[in-house]
Amino acid sequence: MHIIENGNVAAALGVKLCRANVIAAYPITPQTPLTERLSEYVESGKMKAEYIPVESEHSALAVCIAASSAGARSFTATSANGLLYMHEQVQWAAGARLPIVMCVVNRAVGAPWNVWNDQQDSISQRDTGWIQMYCSDHQQIIDSVIKAYWIAERVSIPIMVCYDGYILSHTYMPFDVPEQEQVDAFLPPFRPDYALNTEEPANLNTVTLPDVRMDVRGELAHGYMEIRYLLHEEMRKTLTVALEAEKSFADIFGRSGDPYLEPYLCDDAEYVAVGLGSITYQLRVSVDALRKEGIKVGVMGVRFYRPFPDAAIASSLKGRKGLIVFEKALSYGYEGALVSDLKSALYEHLAGTGDLPMVQNFIAGIGGRDIRTEDLTQTLRAAIKSRIAKDPLWIGLKL
Amino acid sequence: MGTRNYRRKTSHSDNGPGDGGKTGSWRVERPVLDQSLCIPCKRNKEACFICWLFCPDIVISRTIPPTINLEYCKGCGICAEECPTKAITMVDEAAFSEEDKE
Repeated sequence: MHIIENGNVAAALGVKLCRANVIAAYPITPQTPLTERLSEYVESGKMKAEYIPVESEHSALAVCIAASSAGARSFTATSANGLLYMHEQVQWAAGARLPIVMCVVNRAVGAPWNVWNDQQDSISQRDTGWIQMYCSDHQQIIDSVIKAYWIAERVSIPIMVCYDGYILSHTYMPFDVPEQEQVDAFLPPFRPDYALNTEEPANLNTVTLPDVRMDVRGELAHGYMEIRYLLHEEMRKTLTVALEAEKSFADIFGRSGDPYLEPYLCDDAEYVAVGLGSITYQLRVSVDALRKEGIKVGVMGVRFYRPFPDAAIASSLKGRKGLIVFEKALSYGYEGALVSDLKSALYEHLAGTGDLPMVQNFIAGIGGRDIRTEDLTQTLRAAIKSRIAKDPLWIGLKL
Repeated sequence: MGTRNYRRKTSHSDNGPGDGGKTGSWRVERPVLDQSLCIPCKRNKEACFICWLFCPDIVISRTIPPTINLEYCKGCGICAEECPTKAITMVDEAAFSEEDKE
């Protein structure tokens, strides 16, 4: 059924359709309407779940970790400083291999205090061992939440579904809400291989020594390093699992696409703009304008940021004249995190082939600074004409 | 992915003492049980066991009398705090002789 609603409601509907068992969250702008909506679903009986109000984000994720360990499908959501406050538990959830899904409604982090959109919050959690998916519209938000549970429970790795605060969370657009029967057919009930229970008690994630050792059964148990290696290896394998999820999703819902990348007018493009999230849809307007001027340019949206689809990115971008990477976050002291990863992928797969494109980096919309489509168009035009000397260049900076 | 596989991906072990090493040596004060005050001992009934319930290191047995595994008891004193009849007192480890400590 098509409805017109905001992005937070799209996420809430996705969680409801997935029949999450436990929801624990602490309200923070711009995530608040999402958790409010979920609490209403639970209170009114539309959703059969435990809604556990907590006093902080750290506790919210701690509740999800406990619930997931006990075999409950768990959900939380946060933004900005709330996500940073969770950080210790974020790492724990990944090491414990719990398939929790969390919506990160992207917002700038303090200081100075700021409630508007950029992506520094989720980008700063890149190395925590969570899968990260980025959404560009409301359909992607609801679909990503549903796919996220499928993938997370398949690989036992938690997933962040990230979408831009306000630009997506608070704007209204039409999207299709799948039928409950469709979601039930797609997403089987969560059946973990082990769930905490009194009949078969266990120690989970207690002190694990640097080296392998005998456990209380006298069997050789992994050391910390083996457990962390498996997290990495299975995160890499998630790239294949995401393809399976997409295929199964297409069979039931009748819509699908490339799970990692979202190209727009890229087939013949000499130059490609690259980004994460809603900015890539805004860039489509700029690309349309530049195409009218005869400039062969396209846009590539990166949907999966971790695991990084390096091979897919390199093969789809090889031989282009230039890549222009727009980011709403950066690794202070160097450049945008995405552009670093992108250049690494290009070097890994294309070094020495002569197919390496030039890469330029632009930082935009930090702390919610308005990104005017005209500015993007002008930036693209200028970057295509000649390489900008200062890299990364901040768009719209008034110094 | 079988059960064993999943357990191999995480730090998962059967419930047993000693995963973090023998922690009894951390103890500064030792819990000592006075059976004349302990409810299950006095009544010879499976009752109370609040010490067993509260012990965070599961070193107190649910038996008559309750026993405390001093190889692992860290001496936190929660059992003494919770005991409704004050049957457990915390005694300075220095009061026990060297061989008794072992």
